Amino acid sequence: MQNRLWLWVPLALFAFFAGLAGYMLTQPKDQFVESTMIGEPLPEFALDPAFGGLPGAARADFVGGKPRLLNIWASWCLPCIAEAPQLETLKEQGVEIIGIAIRDRPEDVANFLARYGNPYTRIGSDRISEVQLAIGSSGVPETFVIDAGGVIRYQHIGDIREDDVPVLLAELEKAK
Amino acid sequence: MNRAVFAMVMALLVMPLAGPALGQDSMPPAPYAYNQLEDPQLEAEASALMHTLRCLKCQSQSIADSDAPMAGDMRHQVRSRILAGESPDQIRAWLIARYGDYVSYEPEISATTWPLFVIPVLVILIVAGVLLRRLGKRRTDEGEGA
Repeated sequence: MQNRLWLWVPLALFAFFAGLAGYMLTQPKDQFVESTMIGEPLPEFALDPAFGGLPGAARADFVGGKPRLLNIWASWCLPCIAEAPQLETLKEQGVEIIGIAIRDRPEDVANFLARYGNPYTRIGSDRISEVQLAIGSSGVPETFVIDAGGVIRYQHIGDIREDDVPVLLAELEKAK
Repeated sequence: MNRAVFAMVMALLVMPLAGPALGQDSMPPAPYAYNQLEDPQLEAEASALMHTLRCLKCQSQSIADSDAPMAGDMRHQVRSRILAGESPDQIRAWLIARYGDYVSYEPEISATTWPLFVIPVLVILIVAGVLLRRLGKRRTDEGEGA
């Protein structure tokens, strides 16, 4: 009798895996690919201005003084509109935000900023996502905290919601 | 009647294609996103590598299979780096340093993945051991019977 019970083990295992697969199918799939560059120095780059109104962005612009935010965004990206007010709040708190516009056109960048506000001090134009790939970012928008030594300290994936603002301020403080 | 049904089925089939167009840029692709390298040898190297790198926006496709703009930009990186003389292994390592093992479809033995390689070997050894003992036993049993 004792032995017979063992016969059920494979079926129980099968039921467990079938159940697990069924459960996972009901779960929303949001797999973010996190950058593994946290703690690494920002790679060397120098990008042309994304439009006529602001200078471009280079690694050197992140070095010295205080921690800054590097905001990966694009005028064609809808969540970037949603995070615009939060970037404005961060700017009002005295945070310097340097933008990198992915695959964008100068006229579109200018239109976006005219409509949704301009929280940036500089915006570099990354037409082939090369800086985005170099820092391990896999989408727009994403926001990185860069310390005064030019080291990547924190990554925020997706648009910045209201409750993300204090988190980013704390990370900026931590990076001092 | 049949036509209406056909149209509806077609509409349902085509609908998913309409989704991804939302929220994408209208920029021309990077130079090497859709253009092969001139040297067939180098292009073969690049192509083999691109088939084993994961598209980050469309995670069950390789960058060679995907039409996502970001996959195009990754293909541009691969081809221009191959052209600049980097080896496929160097390029793979460059991407893994940025996105983790996840970006590579080529299995790597690392601190987290070694059980995947060790467990099958252990299972085979255990099964072989059990089989040998059983078969060996049967043989001696038969020997005693005869």
